[in-house]
Amino acid sequence: MATTVAPIVTAHIGTPDSHTLRGYLASGGYEALRKAVTTMTREEVQTEVDTANLLGRGGAGFPAGRKWSMLRKADPTYLVVNGDESEPATFKDHMLLEEDPHQIIEGTIITAYAIGAAQAFIYVRGEFALGIERMTQALNEAYGHGAAGNRIFGSDFSLDVVIHPGAGAYICGDETALLESLEGKRGFPRIKPPYFPAVMGLYGAPTIVNNVETMSNIPWIVVNGGAAFAALGEPQATGTRLFAVSGHVKKPGNYEVELAKNTFRDLIYDPRFGAGIRNGAELKAFIPGGASSFWFGPDRLDMALDETKVKGEGGSMMGSGSIIAMDSSTCMVRAAWRLVRFFSRESCGQCTPCREGSSWLDKIMYRIEAGDGRPDDLDLLMDVCDNISPGVQWPSRWPPNMTTICPLGPSIPPPIVSALGMFRDEFLTHIKDGACPYG
Amino acid sequence: MSRLGPDFLPRAIATIALYPEPRSAMLPILHLVQEQNGFLTEEGMAHVAELLGLSQAEVYGTATFYDMFFTHPVGNYLVSVCTNIACLLNGGYELLEHAEQSLGVKAGGTTPDGQFTVEEVECIGLCGNAPCLTVNWRFFGDVTNEGFDSLVGDLTAGRLAETVPPHGTLCRVRRTVGLEAAAAVESTSVPELESGERS
Repeated sequence: MATTVAPIVTAHIGTPDSHTLRGYLASGGYEALRKAVTTMTREEVQTEVDTANLLGRGGAGFPAGRKWSMLRKADPTYLVVNGDESEPATFKDHMLLEEDPHQIIEGTIITAYAIGAAQAFIYVRGEFALGIERMTQALNEAYGHGAAGNRIFGSDFSLDVVIHPGAGAYICGDETALLESLEGKRGFPRIKPPYFPAVMGLYGAPTIVNNVETMSNIPWIVVNGGAAFAALGEPQATGTRLFAVSGHVKKPGNYEVELAKNTFRDLIYDPRFGAGIRNGAELKAFIPGGASSFWFGPDRLDMALDETKVKGEGGSMMGSGSIIAMDSSTCMVRAAWRLVRFFSRESCGQCTPCREGSSWLDKIMYRIEAGDGRPDDLDLLMDVCDNISPGVQWPSRWPPNMTTICPLGPSIPPPIVSALGMFRDEFLTHIKDGACPYG
Repeated sequence: MSRLGPDFLPRAIATIALYPEPRSAMLPILHLVQEQNGFLTEEGMAHVAELLGLSQAEVYGTATFYDMFFTHPVGNYLVSVCTNIACLLNGGYELLEHAEQSLGVKAGGTTPDGQFTVEEVECIGLCGNAPCLTVNWRFFGDVTNEGFDSLVGDLTAGRLAETVPPHGTLCRVRRTVGLEAAAAVESTSVPELESGERS
């Protein structure tokens, strides 16, 4: 049974003019920033976020407070906000950028204050044109309101913020690729070490990269305190999180729910959220955390929305917070092929296992779906997957091994390994009949 | 008018000034070139190279990495149909097929009158309203075949001019403030660029 708690990041969504300064101020907007810069030290803000145990909402789930504390002491340092949301079936940051841009800007400026950043950049996915326009308008308004720029709210803290548009590249969601892109280059993920932009980031300077939803939580934490945030969920999965539910549900959409206290079943079946599978069909399988995650069958519906459990017991991840429900009419070969083709198209091309592997997997999957598959294709698929992510297997384990610079490589096998593991007979039918049984 | 003209050059120079290093302005300025010319012309990219103090190869090499940049002409309306997983499950491929038939052009192609280019794109993040598409990067969700046809009719008749700007226009809102706070990170290369390019 789903719990009911007051929303944090979606509190203003649906209120009149939520994207304007007037609308934002009407619901208490910028009070957190005023409180932070006029009554709190940087350390006090950091302590509240530490206490909240806010895990980064971009996909990797690293504690935001700990990330901030890793910032190498140097001058200048930068804050970069990752709004390059492109994981298939993830559309939560898209909504936040369009509907509540001020909340992102407020969280960004508070964070820049806490870490002592010289400048902040908000990188917004290029295709989100309305989001870029609303963010730009909101930033203009924030400067006019004294919430950005010189001597913010009369304090001695000053900060410039820049809204930076991307230009269409999934890979730029990787934080080091995003930094390359922000430096005006091709979005090639950087070779590690150094592992963390907090040590060497934008222009080589220490840089914190945080996700849009992470920033959207910061004002609430400053106003209500980290302890209030940590009181929601469980100690290892605090607060609420915004989940994007799509596919064959009756009510696809973005739903903010308390972590750990709710399950995948709640998100897919609760009438307030996904409201069940449409047309009276049965759930066949669901993808629990974006295209890069291993799939779950209906037997996992009662697993709590808790990353440690999803990774540990489930061998998958909640990743970007997107849940894709597939009903009994879905051809699993086709679904897996489409996801693999996505990775093939979006591979940046630096690492051979990813570039070549994704391309061959796309071709093999396509010929199976088209009815031209060969009996030994199934072993070949697993062999290619194993070359990209050694040891990959079904049932899956988390984390997958890597042979590539960035996580795009090990993101390629999960759709294939899951579909093969759960629905091997469908592959065999395609090959035996020389056609897709779903038409 | 392939180089950035009087409407765009001041915007480009103001954009460069926002970054500690001029090269960071690459993507925003390439968007301006595309807004002015409809695609990235060779002269336009050469101009960007001049403004940023880079070689033309560096600009071309960067631009071609990104899906939103075109180095060839496209139609007045760029229709981008999503077929990724959430749309696939909700008729995205059928919508793409309808778009191709209805406009008489395959994905990647442009109608002979230069009005419409159709392309198949990866997830554009409107999965709660699948199947979806964008026209010049403005979103339309829950698109049925009939809805697509009336959308094309509205575009052709100019009824959507407020919602759908000309192709290449990313952001119709202008930043009204420069850098106020960070004197230490102001770009030093701007005056030099202005001298040769003021129109």
